[in-house]
Amino acid sequence: MKDKIIELVYKAVKEVGEEQNKEALLTPNLETPLYGKPGYLDSLGIVFLVTELEELIAEEFDCEITLADERAMSQRTSPFRKVSTLVNYTEKLLKEENISNG
Amino acid sequence: MAKVFIITGTRKGIGKQLAEYYLSQGHIVIGCSRGSASIEHENYEHFSLDVSDESAVKKMGRAVKKAHKRIDVLLNNAGIAAMNHIITTPYTQAKTVFDTNFFGTFLLTREVAKVMIKQKSGKIVNYSTVAVPLRLKGEAIYAASKAAIENFTQVSAHELGEFGITVNAIGPTPVPTDLIKNVPQDKLDILLDKQAIRRFGKFEDILNVINFFIDDKSHFVTGQVIYLGGVTG
Repeated sequence: MKDKIIELVYKAVKEVGEEQNKEALLTPNLETPLYGKPGYLDSLGIVFLVTELEELIAEEFDCEITLADERAMSQRTSPFRKVSTLVNYTEKLLKEENISNG
Repeated sequence: MAKVFIITGTRKGIGKQLAEYYLSQGHIVIGCSRGSASIEHENYEHFSLDVSDESAVKKMGRAVKKAHKRIDVLLNNAGIAAMNHIITTPYTQAKTVFDTNFFGTFLLTREVAKVMIKQKSGKIVNYSTVAVPLRLKGEAIYAASKAAIENFTQVSAHELGEFGITVNAIGPTPVPTDLIKNVPQDKLDILLDKQAIRRFGKFEDILNVINFFIDDKSHFVTGQVIYLGGVTG
């Protein structure tokens, strides 16, 4: 499942990169910084990313997750910090929804 | 061209009338209410849900996007009224009013805006009430939930403006529907006395303001609250 999530996060990041003209986001890897210092996205970029990724997840896993939930917003290290943290957080939310294959 | 509407609270009252009106104009209407559908039309689809149920609202938003590819208009019509002195208002009642009126409006706006942001257009109309500026005794919780909607409307207008989305609110006077059936006549008379034009509101009065807000030519009108009956904020 993790490979699929990585693929979807890459897709969402690229989409936002195109939308926001951020060249570095067009070729993402697990260490690509997203939000905060030295991230490439501002709060508007996060809005796009959340929207895009939630939709991709819903299509792939037929399951509704809310990426910007209470825990995401209150964690000391934001899940939106870089690609790998976002992948891990997405995986955690999916597991809580009992999605274990894909 | 047919537009895709989401209207909450379509089982009865103003919501049902609005749904029927926009269906008669050739549009596609997705409605919802806690109960089952009371409208049968080939262009109508109903979701039985509580607007404060996050998961259900998300599923509806996603299903509408999947089926229709877009959402042009959101009318956050669902609402409940409560008339009670604050001293005799149960906490659970206050929370229920806020759940439907404010949190329902928030959840629908958030989920529908995710679709509208991508299409870079959309019109959202929220529902306030003249009870907000009139500060009527007995309406503390109801009016507070609607005052929250007014501020939410104005901030949403700022946050969503750059995506071509407008967010406005209508503040109706009492309209003879189920919403006010338990309000004593003397209280209604006091309210009517505070209006510039002393009469109950009609469905057509509400429709007129909504049609103005969602008109294609109204793309420069956002963050506004229009009260009916000459009540001023």
